[in-house]
Amino acid sequence: MYTLTTKLKVFAIILMILGGLLTAVGFLTAPASEAEVEQMLAEEAEHGGGHGEAAEHGETMEHGATGTHDAEPHKETGYITDNSTEHADDAHTTTPHEAEDHGGSHAEHVYHQLVNRPWSAIYVACFFFFMIGLGTLAFLAIQKVAQAGWSPVLFRVMEGISSYILPGGIIMFILLLLSGLGLNHIFTWMEPGIDDPTSEAYDHIVAGKTGFLNVPFWLIRAGIFLVGWNIYRWNIRRFGLNQDDKPEGNVWYKKAFKHSAMFLVFFIVTESIMAWDWILSFDPHWFSTLFGWYVFASMIVSAVTTIALVTIFLKGKGYLEFVNDSHIHDLAKFMFGFSIFWTYLWFSQFMLIWYSNIPEEVTYFVTRIEDYNILFFGMVAINFLFPLLILMNSDFKRVNWFVVTAGIFILIGHYLDIFVMIMPGTVGASWFIGFPEIGAFLFFAGLFLLYVFHNISKAPLLAKGDPFIGESKHFHY
Amino acid sequence: MATHKIHALYNDDDVLLRAVKQVREQHFHIEDIFCPFPVHGLEKAMGLADTRLAINAFLYGIVGLAVGTAMMNYIMIEDWPQNIGGKPSFSYLENMPAFVPIMFELTVFFAAHLMVITFYLRSRLWPFKKAENPDVRTTDDHFLMEVDAHGEDIDSITKFLYDTGAVELVLIDKEDH
Repeated sequence: MYTLTTKLKVFAIILMILGGLLTAVGFLTAPASEAEVEQMLAEEAEHGGGHGEAAEHGETMEHGATGTHDAEPHKETGYITDNSTEHADDAHTTTPHEAEDHGGSHAEHVYHQLVNRPWSAIYVACFFFFMIGLGTLAFLAIQKVAQAGWSPVLFRVMEGISSYILPGGIIMFILLLLSGLGLNHIFTWMEPGIDDPTSEAYDHIVAGKTGFLNVPFWLIRAGIFLVGWNIYRWNIRRFGLNQDDKPEGNVWYKKAFKHSAMFLVFFIVTESIMAWDWILSFDPHWFSTLFGWYVFASMIVSAVTTIALVTIFLKGKGYLEFVNDSHIHDLAKFMFGFSIFWTYLWFSQFMLIWYSNIPEEVTYFVTRIEDYNILFFGMVAINFLFPLLILMNSDFKRVNWFVVTAGIFILIGHYLDIFVMIMPGTVGASWFIGFPEIGAFLFFAGLFLLYVFHNISKAPLLAKGDPFIGESKHFHY
Repeated sequence: MATHKIHALYNDDDVLLRAVKQVREQHFHIEDIFCPFPVHGLEKAMGLADTRLAINAFLYGIVGLAVGTAMMNYIMIEDWPQNIGGKPSFSYLENMPAFVPIMFELTVFFAAHLMVITFYLRSRLWPFKKAENPDVRTTDDHFLMEVDAHGEDIDSITKFLYDTGAVELVLIDKEDH
């Protein structure tokens, strides 16, 4: 039995408090009004720097003459909405945010982005940790259904990590609910009047999608998914503990097997829709068929990495008697393989769109390459090159600190991956990794650690009733 | 000088593995072992060095990647940078996504094929090679251990090998080797 140490508890709570404070700072420093942003932009223009964001991340936006920002051509997206009449003097294409108000000034546009920033920061961090829990649950289900002989000694670790989908899912739902109630504007398709042709905010593309993208249906879907996943997670934990008590006949094992198989079917459908709902809908003008898979790849690789890190941590503390370096080797192989799988999907999505270069879909990558250049390509390097070079060698996969190093990079890389998926649709070029982003990350990291290790401490770490436990104990690669 | 070798035949891989360990403990020299199928753990028991084939493959892969990159760069960017369907052929990086499938395939191609050829060369395998099979049964259901008996007492080593579970022992006596 693992016992949650005070040290870890205090550490997690400090993370949460610090993260909470930084997030609060993020909310407080968000501009209160358009006038403030206008003044801020004017000050920046005086310093001869044009856009603040262009100076921030050194991304060249081809300032012809470093004049006032109003004269600059925006190239943020190529969303083509009806902008020829209203923007006769300012011929740029519009983002959905701009589409909210065609008469809006540049300051208003930046103001919306800056107000969105702390919200999106919370959203990214919340989703990132939630997806680790969910990915672990999917991995656990796969292990059960595949009747894997190596992993039963790790089942309790996986059950512990996947327990996070309860609190994480609740917070996720609350965030979605708050967005749905109009407390923030991170989802542009929720803008009132967006499907009303007489409204200023009318967007005929989004209006055509309101059959799917409407708040009640969207929240109901989210609710069903979360409840479904949590029911499975609750059952699988219960079945596992029951199996420990009554190992004869494998009644609970068989039940768990059936539930896992059903869950995997449910999961693959709901996960796809979840990816459309919770991430893809930040860019309601854009669509991609393999997006659900792409998010899944990110999810599963982060999950396996987290399983490996937690396992190495617990093993280091002497709690996992039967875990040997072959188990770590297997996890590292999965980290390696899924990293490449992720890269494959990332590249497939990118290359197909880059190659055909159809204006209506390529804007997604245009914004990312122009405004998020370093992050966008940097995260590919982290998520692909690092695991590829570190984890290719068979011997390295057995060395804990190699796995931990690769794991930390993978986790950071996939946080950035989610960041680059979500931020361009909400804060656009006004992004920065500052207080709200770091704060939200720390807060959810603290919550994750606290909840997960609390759950790991609730049951013995060896699933002794599992029919494959003997094989798993002696697993050797 | 006459050399003596003993061919000890076994009909079970577990017995063989145990025998290998015992023979190694006695510091007899095992020349070779012939098996009808891979025996898991045999190379460890014999104390053979790990293969470096994977390292070779990695290096070959890098060669393949370099070949792919150099080829595409020369053809598409340097030699004749045409405008083909509006693809940017000003620099390699600008048009790289289009080259990635080829770079990838060439990496795999070089790694796989050169590694296989390396394997053939190192294990001396080619068509029309004369088979080095000491006993035809070793391709079916027998395991054969070839022990160097040079300078050992033939009777005691034979007795020892028999005790390790050998079902058949053959003394090979050759004038020249």
